[in-house]
Amino acid sequence: MMKSSLVLMLVACLFVSSAAAQQAPLNIFESPRQPVQAGPLDELVFTRLAELDIQPVLCSDAVFLRRVYLDVTGRLPSAAAARAFLDDPDVLNKRQRLVDRLLERSEYADYWAMKWSDILRIKAEIPVNLWPNAAQAYHRWVRSSLLENKPYDRFVREMLTANGSNFRVGQVNFYRAVQDKTPEAIAAAVVLTFMGARVDNWPEERLANMAVFFSEIGYKPTSEWKEEIVFWDPLRLSTVEGSAVPGRETPGTVLPRANDGRLANLPTPRRESLIGVFPDGTSVEIPPDRDPREVFADWLIAPENPWFTRAIVNRVWAWLLGQGIIEEPDDLRDDNPPIHPELLAYLEKEFIDSGYDLKALYRLILTSTTYQFSATPRHTSPEAIANFASAIPRRLDAEVLIDAINQLTGTTDLYTSAIPEPYTYIPRDMPAVALADGSVTSQFLALFGRSARATGMANERSNDPVPSQWLHTLNSRHIHDKIVRGPRMRRLLGSKQPLKETAEELYLTILARRPTPDEMRTLAAYIQNADSRNDAAIDIVWALINTTEFQYRH
Amino acid sequence: MNPQHSCEEHKKVSRREAVRQGLYGAGGMLMANRLARAASADEATPAAEQPQAKAKAKAVIQIFLWGGMSHNDTWDPKPGTGREYLGDFTEVIPTNVDGIQLGALFPRLAQQAEKYSLIRGMTHGNNGHETAAYMMQTGHPSGGRLAFPSVGAVFSMIKGESYQGLIPPYVVLTRAQGRFSEEGFLGPMFKPFATGGNPNAARFEVEGIMNPGVSDQRQKARRDLLDRMNTLSNTMVGCPQLAAAEQAKQTAYELILGEGRETFDLGNEPGELRDLYGRHVFGQSCLAARRLVEVGVPYVVINYPGGWDTHGNHFATMRRQCPDLDQGLAMLIQDLHDRKMLDSTLVWCTGEFGRTPKVDWAPPWNGGRHHFGAAFTALVGGGGFKGGHVVGKTDETGSKVVERPVWPLDLLGSIYQLAGIDVTADLPHPEGLPARVLPEPNERWRSEGLLTEIM
Repeated sequence: MMKSSLVLMLVACLFVSSAAAQQAPLNIFESPRQPVQAGPLDELVFTRLAELDIQPVLCSDAVFLRRVYLDVTGRLPSAAAARAFLDDPDVLNKRQRLVDRLLERSEYADYWAMKWSDILRIKAEIPVNLWPNAAQAYHRWVRSSLLENKPYDRFVREMLTANGSNFRVGQVNFYRAVQDKTPEAIAAAVVLTFMGARVDNWPEERLANMAVFFSEIGYKPTSEWKEEIVFWDPLRLSTVEGSAVPGRETPGTVLPRANDGRLANLPTPRRESLIGVFPDGTSVEIPPDRDPREVFADWLIAPENPWFTRAIVNRVWAWLLGQGIIEEPDDLRDDNPPIHPELLAYLEKEFIDSGYDLKALYRLILTSTTYQFSATPRHTSPEAIANFASAIPRRLDAEVLIDAINQLTGTTDLYTSAIPEPYTYIPRDMPAVALADGSVTSQFLALFGRSARATGMANERSNDPVPSQWLHTLNSRHIHDKIVRGPRMRRLLGSKQPLKETAEELYLTILARRPTPDEMRTLAAYIQNADSRNDAAIDIVWALINTTEFQYRH
Repeated sequence: MNPQHSCEEHKKVSRREAVRQGLYGAGGMLMANRLARAASADEATPAAEQPQAKAKAKAVIQIFLWGGMSHNDTWDPKPGTGREYLGDFTEVIPTNVDGIQLGALFPRLAQQAEKYSLIRGMTHGNNGHETAAYMMQTGHPSGGRLAFPSVGAVFSMIKGESYQGLIPPYVVLTRAQGRFSEEGFLGPMFKPFATGGNPNAARFEVEGIMNPGVSDQRQKARRDLLDRMNTLSNTMVGCPQLAAAEQAKQTAYELILGEGRETFDLGNEPGELRDLYGRHVFGQSCLAARRLVEVGVPYVVINYPGGWDTHGNHFATMRRQCPDLDQGLAMLIQDLHDRKMLDSTLVWCTGEFGRTPKVDWAPPWNGGRHHFGAAFTALVGGGGFKGGHVVGKTDETGSKVVERPVWPLDLLGSIYQLAGIDVTADLPHPEGLPARVLPEPNERWRSEGLLTEIM
């Protein structure tokens, strides 16, 4: 009996170890801790992965630290912050505590305002032509909304129902940041931005019906250069010659026009009710004293709305996990179903129950074990990838990458606006992430795929690698000078402390982890064999900056 | 839920994405090209619109005069129109082609007039820098939901298929424009490679290719060090994202340590020839452009090193810049001709618009010219364009086109035609939306037909 059970145990062990043998051994980027389900979100993901016979692996503390810093703040942790986190013995809770802390940082608002600025097309010049101080006002409003964690439904409603000056009421610029100001084109922008869908796939009638809600927007100039008032204009006062600025013949210049310069087809002034039809087919009577945009916004942000919540939770998920539950995140339609409908439904419900609390949604995702999977692809089937079996490495956003290089070298880049006005001067120490205006000139940002902010589509930003980007980080004077002349690296490399300590500080600063013994040996050998100790140290910094580990969020 | 269906869907999306992002590198180009051809074959296009069987233009050098150069003071002079229109420049000079005159600031181009033609009927009516530049370089009206790629991106995508060189197929000397995304929806793979540096300096430091502080020996030692320290890539073998990154890095290294560098070394040219091109940034950029075309680079842009947006200080700026433009451009055309490269190399030079024919003498302009999209001049030569002709005509002051208007569609359509690119084909759009190389003309986005008179 004893014997047979021993045999059984042995067999069981063999079985387990052979199952484990199918998996590569853990590497330094992974945690030996078993991934545990932290809540219903993980239960849904783990159940699916179990169906696919996939056992996920948790990422290491160092990987998590770097990942969550980059995702929440768009910054790298400092060496001190990295050391404190890695040495924190509270293994079970420290990740969650870090998420909570980071979400309260103002860099959260900087970074996510940048992401929203892509979607909301915050750009002074072509093609949306907001003009610099309108772009700044729009960005400021977005950033402060994120900073105060304004409920998302209110955030959207404020934008859609705004009236006022493009310089003073930032959110009115939503109606200016479109290349085409016909009611149909504005409706299309609303659909893309807040309903995560593309009207190209819509029946024409549905869009035409929706356009009615955006058919009474007036634009009028003031006597201030490039100022424009956006307002509800049911009587079409903005079209009356000379009504806006006495003595100026400008109204014609702000009439809503299509791409090709054709004047928008606008309804006549109304003093009666309008009939509007929402995209879900229900119709509504809009009384003459009601701004149709408000009627639409109220329909849009209702919890029952089939697009609104789904679009935002999917978008945030895609932002954090690298791919949507519906992919692409702004391509919601019946024939593009979610890979995991229950997961999407769960996120929607949680988001509604939280009162559209964006930070709570981030927290929910960031503290899930699913977010903390290792990026080592142990299963490469399309099903595994689509079901979030491992984290997806992606190159740092252009702005994040240059900010990181500047942060670790102690250098800055000068950004300039193509429109030289006193208010477009950008202080030298402003990080690229905090730039309001997408038309600010920068070869680096353009090269590394920042969004053109032309259409508001999610895929306008590209983090995919191109050889000329490598030419730049491997061999440009721009990066070379930062490494050689930047005060931070000079100080660190010039210090008299032992190599081990310098190397640790370097690794913590650049990669947010400590070097392995193997890596230490490589460094020591390189320095020993070099003609110039100083050159060797510079080469080491250069090499670290050119590792995929540095350039990728993994 | 049907996971299989979703996976199919997912695969479809990611492949589409991959094509758009150019992740497949040369393969992406191939696919894009095939897509373009398939799309064109599907449509029953009238024979007249089909590209010519043999493409004449194998390479293009585009000289872009940012800001918009005055046509009155340069290539469409209006002698005898008085100080109101002429300002400081009253003199015109004859060229070596009977009946064609130029402004007096272009004596060298005047000696090459049989090799290029002047399109004096250029018009689009748009007076905004960005919008007009977009129109002139994409051939599409501005303001559409799609951001179309520039002619350079399209050309290098399609012609790049047969190009095997190390230098990227679409090069800009020396700075990219920055005010519009040349690659449009084709994605970063088709963004032009901007050289940076100064071709007129003792050493043309092409950004990323020539780093003066690092010897080749150290460069190689560094690379070995990097390979050993690249722990993530070395650990996560088989990760597609990191593999793509390493592949791109490999390509970059072929340029850093390979022979591509030689092309940018203008020291390989005889000193006298360099003098003839002119020892200034523009002249040496023209020389560099010729060297790039010689090694097979299909599309080179020279963004004129200096602006032409002369609202103020107009005449002084013209006096300073026109002689460089004259020298470099004239020598480029002559040199291409001497080397028998002009027949296969199309050169075109224009800004986004012209400038107001009437000089603004009021303060603060004090003799300036403003934006003018109603009429301006483009210079075209080689690659199948005939020389010695003038196309279109403006009125006696240069204020409007009175004969043979030429719209951006006509100019770009002709360039595409000479390159054998079917303008009715669809570009590989990320969402698979129809996105033709050039749009169909309509009453707002007009066409008066290809430049058949000089083709």
